Amino acid sequence: MFKKIALSALTALSLTAGGAYAAGGEAHVEDFDFSFEGPFGTYDQMQLQRGLKVYTEVCAACHGLKFVPIRSLAEDGGPGFTEDEVRAYAEQNFEVFDEELDDFRPARPTDHFPENNGVGAPDLSLMAKARAGFHGPYGLGINQFVKGMGGAEYIASLLTGYTGEEKFEAGTTLYENHAFPGGWISMAPPLSDELVEFDDGHDNSVHHMAQDVSAFLMWTAEPKMMARKQAGFVGVFFLVVLSALLYLVNKRIWRPIKHPGH
Amino acid sequence: MAGIPHDHYEPNSGAEKWLHKRLPIVGLLYDTIMIPTPKNLNWMWIWGIILTFCLALQIVTGIVLVMHYTPHVDLAFASVEHIMRNVNGGFMLRYLHANGASLFFIAVYAHIFRGLYYGSYKAPREITWIIGMLIYLCMMGTAFMGYVLPWGQMSFWGATVITGLFGAIPLIGEPIQTWLLGGPAVDNATLNRFFSLHYLLPFVIAGLVAVHIWAFHTTGNNNPTGVEVRRTSKAEAAKDTVPFWPYYVIKDLFALAVILAVFFAVVGFMPNYLGHPDNYIEANPLATPAHIVPEWYFLPFYAILRAFTSEVWVVQIASFVTGGIIDAKFFGVLAMFGAIAVMALAPWLDTSSVRSGKYRPSFKWWFWLLVIDFFALMWLGAMPAEEPYASFSLIASAYWFAYFLVILPLLGVIEKPLPRPATIEEDFEAHYGKSSDATPAE
Amino acid sequence: MKGTPLHTGPETSQTLCDHWVFAALVAPSNGANLVSHADDHEGTRRDFLYYAAAGAGAVTAGAAIWPLVNQMNPSADVRALSTIRVDVSGIETGTQLTVKWLGKPVFIRRRTEEEIADAASVEMSALVDPLARNANLDASADAEDANRALDETGQWLVMMGVCTHLGCVPIGNAGDFTVEGVGGGWFCPCHGSHYDTAGRIRKGPAPENLPVPPAEFVDETTILLG
Repeated sequence: MFKKIALSALTALSLTAGGAYAAGGEAHVEDFDFSFEGPFGTYDQMQLQRGLKVYTEVCAACHGLKFVPIRSLAEDGGPGFTEDEVRAYAEQNFEVFDEELDDFRPARPTDHFPENNGVGAPDLSLMAKARAGFHGPYGLGINQFVKGMGGAEYIASLLTGYTGEEKFEAGTTLYENHAFPGGWISMAPPLSDELVEFDDGHDNSVHHMAQDVSAFLMWTAEPKMMARKQAGFVGVFFLVVLSALLYLVNKRIWRPIKHPGH
Repeated sequence: MAGIPHDHYEPNSGAEKWLHKRLPIVGLLYDTIMIPTPKNLNWMWIWGIILTFCLALQIVTGIVLVMHYTPHVDLAFASVEHIMRNVNGGFMLRYLHANGASLFFIAVYAHIFRGLYYGSYKAPREITWIIGMLIYLCMMGTAFMGYVLPWGQMSFWGATVITGLFGAIPLIGEPIQTWLLGGPAVDNATLNRFFSLHYLLPFVIAGLVAVHIWAFHTTGNNNPTGVEVRRTSKAEAAKDTVPFWPYYVIKDLFALAVILAVFFAVVGFMPNYLGHPDNYIEANPLATPAHIVPEWYFLPFYAILRAFTSEVWVVQIASFVTGGIIDAKFFGVLAMFGAIAVMALAPWLDTSSVRSGKYRPSFKWWFWLLVIDFFALMWLGAMPAEEPYASFSLIASAYWFAYFLVILPLLGVIEKPLPRPATIEEDFEAHYGKSSDATPAE
Repeated sequence: MKGTPLHTGPETSQTLCDHWVFAALVAPSNGANLVSHADDHEGTRRDFLYYAAAGAGAVTAGAAIWPLVNQMNPSADVRALSTIRVDVSGIETGTQLTVKWLGKPVFIRRRTEEEIADAASVEMSALVDPLARNANLDASADAEDANRALDETGQWLVMMGVCTHLGCVPIGNAGDFTVEGVGGGWFCPCHGSHYDTAGRIRKGPAPENLPVPPAEFVDETTILLG
């Protein structure tokens, strides 16, 4: 499987952000349900852990996460690993080049996930924010307001959107995918049922794995989402209280001006 | 201080007198904060305070962001991610700054259209209006250069396209563009100078804001009736006004708190709604995103820029008359800056003797059409440059110019205004009932 | 009531002036006109409202200032480097490793029996600095060799590689207190401070022993610094 992915990804050199939209055509993005949606939504720790496993065993073969520090796997609001688990994970899965040693060594939590775009595969650190799953209607942004930006939905739809059709064009094999703008993508279907075995025995159909890894990529793109929503709540709460008090003060001080003699 | 007669600060204690003799700063603050303000101001008069707050917010969050940002093509994008992931509370500071720009522009557009409706630009407030337009231009420059700093795809290509506007100027355009960029294309030199200017311009804006306030504190605020405060005596002025503190300070703070509650909800729950996903892709000079769209606050003028293609007869005439010097590209640039220029000239284009739109029955309709036109242009600016959007853009752009160049001058001559209250006091009492001066309150 | 127009409801502005920051500015001269609201129910309620609003405003403003201060504290990437793990499995007896921790060099030396014996034989009275300077021990611990070494065998000596005189990095296996033919001991080339095989200052201008940072073995071959 790995080999197949690596080989097909080798042909993906032409895949760039710009090319993604070049062919035009309406893409279909399914509105997956994610636990982190809405003002009260939070990341599902177990889902992020499963997503990390899918990323590590499948996506990492071609795609890097160069902006994500490995240590952040143990930070609040994330997958919730312990520091020891993160250290073991880093050591076992990645090697990084250490300029001080002038050699490769096993990764440490303080390192970032490795960069990996040698086969033209884009970095996934920010992918869930660099794509919008929902648009319009008519450029009004209403869908994005109602459903959210849809970056994670886009990724999940893409991973589940393969039709099985292939074509060979200009030296590249393209795979039909109805979530991808233009309909044909150079990335071979990366997931197949039961490809990744989850420790908790969770459903590992393509649909579930796609959703798990998309949630994980939302976290890599926005690791502080929980803290951000919390700050939002505190801010809105304080300001609403302050507004109410200022409203009353305002009414009070204007009363003699507006209603003299009352 | 000139303006509406009112009590001035008088130092009492020895220390106050000592300071006042050497630096009358307390007097200046007192006169500013206690300025007599028309007592009939409505809720559209809150935007000035909102804007002042926005400027402060942007300067403060900007200064702290600079402590972590690196203006270099190889490091800028990563340093923004460093802010988002590592810096304590950095994600909030950055989202506040990015969305703060949007709040700033929402407020400035509300402020400008308030001025257009109530005739705040008319004599004797032309200087206030012109300074305001300069502030607006500086805001656009600052926002544009700030958007380049994260060094995403939209940063890069936005900078390429917008500096390309200068390249459209005949003969000297290309040298100017090269000079602006510091090279043949957007690169490290561009990023560094934009960073420098992005840091500088807000302080220029702050200076202009001081002059803006100085100007309207001299003329006095306009108000919804457009009727001036009576200023023959202190007692008479006092019938039309209340001191800014506490009446309007509290009112404005209330409005600010409400608006900030909404703002915080946006920052907390949908901070990327007003941004563009492509700006989360690091700048790549070799691949252009399919749809380059400016930030929403530039869209109306971007639509005007694109509207004038070589098929438009006005453009063809201009090209013919100038022997090809003004081509479609240059015409578009002229139209875009012209759209702001005609707005700046409103004090001299509007011939009506009546200040407030409230008492101008047909003006109202044209004004609201202008508001709709503005939103239409904003929408059209985000649409692809193809039919039917291109035709719509042309019509909408034409109306923008027609409003200032044709409707405002003509309307003043042909329109029959409605009767206006003689004084602000009269207008105020019409709302809240008659005051009886001698009666003690409560 | 300076600056307040005549028609303004007089006691409203005065109550405000009493309680708000502008009191000093606005109402300095005519306190005689002030109406007391102390036992006035209406006035009390109003006062409460003003205090509540001012309090909420102050809290909101304070909450806004904290992030601006906190962003200057060390960021997560810097904090993550405040503890590091050092693999010492490759260090042979009689050699040392220098690692960077908190931006400064840390010497990790695996001492020979001779070095340990040499350090242990020193009379406490011969020491310039009688304290252990060991962050893992009580501040009053004396500088005997056992208090300087990291483990019970005395093999492992971990200390900051920064001369306590003016901050130069001392040279290893050098100086007057190195064991002939074996090594150990440090010498600071800047101003000639000599440290013995336990990193204690013995001669020269440096005032203190080389400090031992917080360190512990987390397994057989790994030292946790910090």
